[in-house]
Amino acid sequence: MNNRKGRGRFIFFCLAPAVILFTIFLIIPTIDVFRMSLYKWGGYTDNKTFVGMQNFSKLFQSDKFYQSFQNSILLIVVVSIVTFAFALIFASMLSREKLKGQNFFRIIFYIPNILSIVVISAIFSAIYDPNSGLLNAFLNLFRSATSDPILWLGDQKIVIYSLSGAMIWQAIGYYMVMYMASMANIPESLYESADLEGAGRIHQFFSITIPLIWTNIRTTLTFFIISTINMSFLFVMAMTGGGPDGATEVFLSYMYKEAYTNSSYGYGMAIGVIVFLFSFALAAILNVVTKREHLEY
Amino acid sequence: MNSEHQHSSNKLYKFFIYLLLIALAVVIIVPVGWAFLASIKQDVEFYGSPWALPEGFHLQNFADAWQKAKMGSYMLNSVVTTAIALVLLLVIALPAAYVLARYKFRSSSFWNMLFMAGLFININYIVVPIFLMLNNGDKSLRSLLGQPFLLNNLFILALVYAAMALPFTIYLLSGYFKTLPKEYEEAASVDGAGYFRTMVQVIMPMAKPSIVTVILFNFLSFWNEYIISMTLLTKPGLRTLPVGLMNLMAAQKSAVQYGQMYAGLVLVMLPTLILYMLVQKKLTQGMTMGGLKG
Repeated sequence: MNNRKGRGRFIFFCLAPAVILFTIFLIIPTIDVFRMSLYKWGGYTDNKTFVGMQNFSKLFQSDKFYQSFQNSILLIVVVSIVTFAFALIFASMLSREKLKGQNFFRIIFYIPNILSIVVISAIFSAIYDPNSGLLNAFLNLFRSATSDPILWLGDQKIVIYSLSGAMIWQAIGYYMVMYMASMANIPESLYESADLEGAGRIHQFFSITIPLIWTNIRTTLTFFIISTINMSFLFVMAMTGGGPDGATEVFLSYMYKEAYTNSSYGYGMAIGVIVFLFSFALAAILNVVTKREHLEY
Repeated sequence: MNSEHQHSSNKLYKFFIYLLLIALAVVIIVPVGWAFLASIKQDVEFYGSPWALPEGFHLQNFADAWQKAKMGSYMLNSVVTTAIALVLLLVIALPAAYVLARYKFRSSSFWNMLFMAGLFININYIVVPIFLMLNNGDKSLRSLLGQPFLLNNLFILALVYAAMALPFTIYLLSGYFKTLPKEYEEAASVDGAGYFRTMVQVIMPMAKPSIVTVILFNFLSFWNEYIISMTLLTKPGLRTLPVGLMNLMAAQKSAVQYGQMYAGLVLVMLPTLILYMLVQKKLTQGMTMGGLKG
């Protein structure tokens, strides 16, 4: 009897700190996001007025919101596709071929993943610098030096692609390591028999490698959506600040600015709700579309 | 004849692969290496070709960044915050993960599900609500004690970091605890060890590899984090390293102090690079073990 009581007490004291911390800093703020999206509230005063869906209707009339929506979609599409292709190709090269320095390449490719986004932003801002940057200096080898420097971060049409360049640079290694791990589980015998039948490398890649890591690919598709939305926020805040003239404003940077800098808290949270629902829906749709029969090795 | 042809095309293919691999390696190494070189250049050198090697070791940049730009004191803030957050995280997550993985009780599946659901909560959405919560708390504290306490406090920042890392850490650790056979607890109980002693002296030492993985990952994410830090530390003197670097980036745009900026950049990334070089194998293995990161 005493033992039972001790067991209950032990469980309680082990679990309580985690539950308390989790509730205060994760659950309550999450509920707050949804609740406050229905209020008009400056945040700093106590004057909250319930406005129902007004924040949302205001949101759908805002040009700025549509701009950030457009930019986010563009980034999700471009960054995901390019990163996916590169990560998959490099993973299959590194795990399928017998190469010298395999480990060396894996170590190098993973480096961007351990750097702070601020560090990467600082490095890329320097690379993109119109006058003293590496990129323009490199391009000047091929074109006349008198032509105008390209404003990688200053031109509204180019800046979003410059941003995605930095994001792809950061993400390739992470997904590559992930694909390599699941490729390592594919039995060698499958490739050997394919070799005997005379199937080429590219054919093997599409008919063995891709189908057998399909589950893993599907998981990473969800990651791509969620992490592009998050990473674009981190990059934008450190690199462009949403500029020039809103050309790189993305979902969460717009939300942060409205809620924190502009302190229209209720409106900002409404943006958060929409973005959350959007990313959830997109992930669900992708999940359904990519459903295939599960293959066993 | 045919096999010879195949052999040479094979060679060509290998050559092509090496070319691609080396190209990507160059694309990754050059920007990072360039930042290192730029950190020892003098400001005037930046007007020349960006490909030029530094003329000498201009270490004054580091002294300037450390003192004038206060990166030294920001580094201390970062070290303190990261250390406290790691200790808090381990002290709180280890017992919780252990109990959730190995004890069945009435509400255990509820808690398991709750922490799993936490994996989907994203910090970037809730950082402003957290700021307002702490700000409101400060307001009441001011009228109560005459002194705000919650914002601009490294300990609270560390507490928030630890809370953010809880779901994933518990997920990772309890995944490991589930793999241990039940006999360990039974044997310990026969020896007369209580619940607490069994956990601390029998189970924890076995979990060391997972604990190391947890520390590595969270060190990187705490050290590199800047959105929460930027939001919760509003006093200019109180910053963590990445936020200090953002400041240097902004300052460099108006007053041309390239060298100092690159020196600050090196200060932020050097600790993570050194750690990575020491434990890279563990890190990439651990990543595929957990398979998920914010």
